[in-house]
Amino acid sequence: MNELARIDSHATHEYRGWKLRPGRPLPFGATRVPGGINFSIFSQHATACTLVLFEKRGAEPLVEIPFPDEFRIGNVYAMVIFDLDFENIEYGYRFKGPWDPERGQLFDPERIVLDPYAKAISGRDVWGVPTIPDAIFPHRGRIVFDDFDWENDRPPQIPVEDLVIYEMHVRGFTRHPSSGVRYPGTFAAIREKIPHLLELGVNCVELMPICEFDELEIQRVNPDTGQRLENYWGYSSIGFFAPKAGFAMTGRFGMQVDELKTLIKYLHKNKIEVILDVVLNHTGEGDENGPTISYRGVDNRTYYMLTPDGRYFNFSGCGNTLNCNNPIVRNHVLDCLRYWAAEYHIDGFRFDLASILGRDKHGAPLENPPLIEALAYDPILARCKLIAEAWDAGGLYQVGQFSDHERWAEWNDRFRDTVRRYLRGEAGQVLEMTRRICGSPDLYPWRGPTASINFITAHDGYTLADLVSYEQKHNWHNAEENRDGHGHNLSWNCGHEGPTDDPEINALRRRQMKNAICMLLLSQGVPMMVMGDEVGRTQRGNNNAYCQDNEISWMDWSMRESNREIFDFFRRCIGFRRAHPALRSEGHLTGTDRVGSGFPDISWHGLGAWQPDHSDGSRTMAFMLCGQHAKMGREPDEMIYVVMNMHWDEHVFELPGLPPEMAWYSFANTAAAPPNDARDPGDEQLLANQRDIRVIGRSVVVLVGRPG
Amino acid sequence: MSSSSSSTADSIEIDIRSRGGVTVVALTGDLDTSTSRAVRTDVLPRVEPDGKMIMDLSAVSYMSSAGLRFLLSLYRHTANHNGNLALVGVSPEIRDTMEVTGFLDFFVVCPSMQDAMSAVGAAL
Repeated sequence: MNELARIDSHATHEYRGWKLRPGRPLPFGATRVPGGINFSIFSQHATACTLVLFEKRGAEPLVEIPFPDEFRIGNVYAMVIFDLDFENIEYGYRFKGPWDPERGQLFDPERIVLDPYAKAISGRDVWGVPTIPDAIFPHRGRIVFDDFDWENDRPPQIPVEDLVIYEMHVRGFTRHPSSGVRYPGTFAAIREKIPHLLELGVNCVELMPICEFDELEIQRVNPDTGQRLENYWGYSSIGFFAPKAGFAMTGRFGMQVDELKTLIKYLHKNKIEVILDVVLNHTGEGDENGPTISYRGVDNRTYYMLTPDGRYFNFSGCGNTLNCNNPIVRNHVLDCLRYWAAEYHIDGFRFDLASILGRDKHGAPLENPPLIEALAYDPILARCKLIAEAWDAGGLYQVGQFSDHERWAEWNDRFRDTVRRYLRGEAGQVLEMTRRICGSPDLYPWRGPTASINFITAHDGYTLADLVSYEQKHNWHNAEENRDGHGHNLSWNCGHEGPTDDPEINALRRRQMKNAICMLLLSQGVPMMVMGDEVGRTQRGNNNAYCQDNEISWMDWSMRESNREIFDFFRRCIGFRRAHPALRSEGHLTGTDRVGSGFPDISWHGLGAWQPDHSDGSRTMAFMLCGQHAKMGREPDEMIYVVMNMHWDEHVFELPGLPPEMAWYSFANTAAAPPNDARDPGDEQLLANQRDIRVIGRSVVVLVGRPG
Repeated sequence: MSSSSSSTADSIEIDIRSRGGVTVVALTGDLDTSTSRAVRTDVLPRVEPDGKMIMDLSAVSYMSSAGLRFLLSLYRHTANHNGNLALVGVSPEIRDTMEVTGFLDFFVVCPSMQDAMSAVGAAL
């Protein structure tokens, strides 16, 4: 009350009883200011703009207020409206401008469009339910409270090399009735499952798209049930600043912003980082036949990559492509990511189809894409992890060549494919495996293993359980005649396609999963796993479950008990990785002795110690890490020896000799029955035979060398 | 000495009484942007140094984001005056909403008026 009021916070104009004044261009979007709301939106090619206000859920506009021409600054329309009951207001815009489709100009003032900077969007407040059925303007901007008490929230700032990433679908994580949470399928429910994440040992969740999308955009039905398919994955954003209301238990009250921030606060309290999967390569507006929701109506020619005759380039495979290196769009993307980092305390971003972010407005790949550089150097994003899915659906493939500025990491699909090949017993993979185990120095010579996000499974493709149970894709329920999804899965079904009662096949599948888990967690680089792999989640062979909002994709929590063996193995392996810094090097291993321990940092072995077999026919390999080299010698660790016998026969491996005071202890043996398949870290068993070890066909053995 | 007042603004009724040295504020209706303003006008002046206040929300069926923020600012205002504040009559749905949006932890929430009275340190 004693504060001096601003001299520019009073109304200067009036329109049909509504009080207004010229607004300020920044920040873009709808912002609370003293006495009112500042609306700011830009369009390079529009000639006029009208703000359209609705009462919450109102069928017809409450009022339409044209921006007076004198309120325009450059290409920005900015206006303050006073005395708005802003919790109960929804808004959109109409734009006038050229109609010239061949030049990409599609202005149509008959349409109301959504603000690209909307911080919350109504229309799908509850998953799967249109808030206003058959509305002409279904997805509307809402005005949010951006104040939030973070208390002493600090980003965990876990070094990249120490991350263990858990890729999670927000809804699928707890939607299954077996989850036992109060509000299934929501941000709030994830909090209830933090103990599970902590027990497993992951320290980072990568959330599949949480920006608002339209789950009802698909018209096809499930051929079996006749039920309409929904866009469950959400790679189809309609607004990049708004968290999905339908993912919030409080979405129906418009409180999704607070609910998500509270989730992040709790994850951080538990030292778990949050990475967002952002889909900045295309929007949910589709191609020429798609709905006009936002960008197309605001400034089609600016926001989209267009062919010379005004049609949409489709480098995303989803109908349109965001024009990321247009300077206006580039700033928009920067604004967006800065917003998430600053307002939501997000720890990192994974960029879907990131190669699109390196194309120019004609679609041609850029040498040094300005957007990629800007993100790498941005001061607000300086401590955020940046992860690129370094390809797109238009033929660009840049794994190992993405413009990194020493900041960008990549999803390493070479790791995925090499491990899958080796795992299923293909010959000729050992040499490639040595590179992947080292963190892919062939791909990232100047960077180190931290550039390599290692994964064997992701949302795209089979789950871990299905990787060892299927060779064909079974996507019939997607109603695309099984044409969708990758055909090239590099999987092996262990002798039978799909579920079986055969105990030997099932035992082999469990062993193969454990083998894969070892390969993932014992490699240099950054491991990423998929939600549910820790309990053997199956999608019944569907390797593209983007439209399966049902038991096919949902995590079945009863499997924590029925697949306790896999869960325990996974968590012990994660625990092993976290206990051993030798597995988490930030710089490349050299194969030499740099600290004078008498051992190289990494050495390769075969059936004979110090005698690797990297020949084309080899299916056996072993490596040893010298703990004295761990973290460049700063965190001395124990010796680690790993055998990966992917031959079908048992072999005897001669163990490398240790310094006299040390002995080999067994941490893991994927062919042994629990609990000897993996011990709790620290509880490893002394080997009676210190000279050699029998390793069953298709199994992995992990030893630690320590004084004893 | 007891004093009480009662007022209605838009869709909220505000009843303020004094009981055993505790200011008990009972609200009836929705707590949102506009009603919060009215409650703030009536209630804030009643916060005294070392005072004890109970917000009885048993007749509040809906609290918006603004309502939650008003409650938090009331709590802070009370704390700044070394006072105690407790909530009573919070419906399960409102309680869940407060929990998932991060507001619940700031408050003392009591299942009964008697508990609330002792929570704020009322003389018995």
